[in-house]
Amino acid sequence: MTDAELVARCRMGDDDCWRELVDRYSRYVYAIAVQAFRLPEQDADDVFQEVFARAYEHLDRLRDDSALRPWLAQLTRRLCIDTLRSGSREQPAGDSVEIEGPDNLIEQLDEALAVHEAMRTLPDHCAEILDRFFARDESYRTIGAALELPSGTVASRISRCLTRLRGELEGTGRNPATAQSGGWR
Amino acid sequence: MTTYDEERIADLLRLLKPAPEAWVKAAQELPPASRKLDEIVEKARADAEFRRALIADLEAALAAEGYVPDPQLRDAVRRRLDSE
Repeated sequence: MTDAELVARCRMGDDDCWRELVDRYSRYVYAIAVQAFRLPEQDADDVFQEVFARAYEHLDRLRDDSALRPWLAQLTRRLCIDTLRSGSREQPAGDSVEIEGPDNLIEQLDEALAVHEAMRTLPDHCAEILDRFFARDESYRTIGAALELPSGTVASRISRCLTRLRGELEGTGRNPATAQSGGWR
Repeated sequence: MTTYDEERIADLLRLLKPAPEAWVKAAQELPPASRKLDEIVEKARADAEFRRALIADLEAALAAEGYVPDPQLRDAVRRRLDSE
């Protein structure tokens, strides 16, 4: 389902689609808060919940349903900056937080999201093993135990699935740079 | 067309770690939580006694009506009542 279809169904009150929307973007929002803005866990949790609460409340303000990703990125970024600013007010003078827009990292996260979406189109066994190894940092042994595979098979399957993912990415020409920009209505 | 090598793909996959499960679950439960909140607020508008009970002892009043008065619900009801 495309983002536009997902948003349209969420507006109609489809709770399953809302769960899918959160699932699709939870890592992205989390990464912006924790990696790009380096928020501590508690602040990141607050921002994460606020992003989705506002998104749910204001879905009707989204100018273009297919522009969900940039809209969420903008919302997350703004809330992270607000959080850092409110924190810096409580710090002694001369120890203020430098709030730079971490544009480069957010661009990389956009690209990572496109790769992640491509990964989800692979057969389940490929998506799972790649996610376990790369995103969840699980060892061959842990993956082997969970999937009942010898470690050697885990390694060769990761390699094959990575090659397959590369083919998927290059074959479909997924390129986040071509994604539409979004914003508030 | 963007070209990728396996190393680049691996680096990008590593960037998107899963968010804590509890965070994701809480965000996914927003629609039913929002409907429940609307229902409570509507009932408080229509029933002055219920509204007084909520103001006097929020947790007890919610429990008496069959709601699970978890902290998120209590905070949300309190915010809505304060804003009205």
